Amino acid sequence: MTLTPLLIETLFPRGVSHYLLGGILIGLGTAVIYLGTGIHAGASTFLESTLSYASKLSRFQQPKFIASRDWRVVFTLGIVAGAAAYSLAMGEFGWTTDVQPSRLFLGGILIGMGTRLGKGCTSGHGVCGVGSGSKTSILNVALFMLVAIGVAQLVFAMGVRP
Amino acid sequence: MSGPEAATPEDHDASPWFLPLVFVGGFIFGIGLAVSQMARPEIVLEFLQFSDFGLVFVMGGAAAVVSIVFWTASSSDLTAPLSGRRYTRRLKSMDKDVVVGGSVFGVGWGLSGICPGAAYASLGIGNIVILYGVAGMFVGAYLQGYLRETRAPTGATQPAD
Repeated sequence: MTLTPLLIETLFPRGVSHYLLGGILIGLGTAVIYLGTGIHAGASTFLESTLSYASKLSRFQQPKFIASRDWRVVFTLGIVAGAAAYSLAMGEFGWTTDVQPSRLFLGGILIGMGTRLGKGCTSGHGVCGVGSGSKTSILNVALFMLVAIGVAQLVFAMGVRP
Repeated sequence: MSGPEAATPEDHDASPWFLPLVFVGGFIFGIGLAVSQMARPEIVLEFLQFSDFGLVFVMGGAAAVVSIVFWTASSSDLTAPLSGRRYTRRLKSMDKDVVVGGSVFGVGWGLSGICPGAAYASLGIGNIVILYGVAGMFVGAYLQGYLRETRAPTGATQPAD
């Protein structure tokens, strides 16, 4: 009788409700854009489409990036504003991470390369692609999840904190 | 000679409501990332280290909502009011890039605990340190574009300037 709550507390020490609510809101935000425009909004294309403002490389000057770069900036500003509004309302604004800047920067470089090469990220593949039942996305998500688990465990085992 | 920039119509030209709607969608999306705490790299790293599995509900909850909406809309004959586009599912072709890119992204995610959307939201909650990560993402996106352009044969659709 006490086993189930104990198991839940072990797996989810912070509970599950805010995780589920947050996930539903992420899905609703994606759905609003989809229902209005027919677009599957992912967060990582913003990186390349924004580079089209500054770089003359034809890789970035593709019509698909030029056509979408303005709304992708607006999408990103919306994400920043929504998160800011929530944290201000909760009195949590100004929290900063203790994860080392070198981890963030090096990880960021790999994320920028990997998401663009792999055609999507946690939102493009993970939310829109998996929600579409796309085999490509399911494989991509399974792969980045497994690799990330391995790397995070390895870095932790090597004593890097945090 | 004018570049492709001058000739390309932009998605948001279709309706004056296009950009406001995208902002609202992004705003809700950003609230979700803050509510779920995914905007904090520590929470993501704890998930990857198996000390809190809550993130399963974030991705699962989001994908569940999206799958209901995508499947319902794409099986109708309706078109999107602000663009006239047909509703489709997001189906990308499978190739080696998906495997290599996914693996490289996985290393980055496991190392840092951030992904693009969560990093933007992290900036929103006031976590200015995340700018190291965002800067890295732009460097990485630029590097892959530069390497792909200079090392691979360019496609026939490229302008000849």
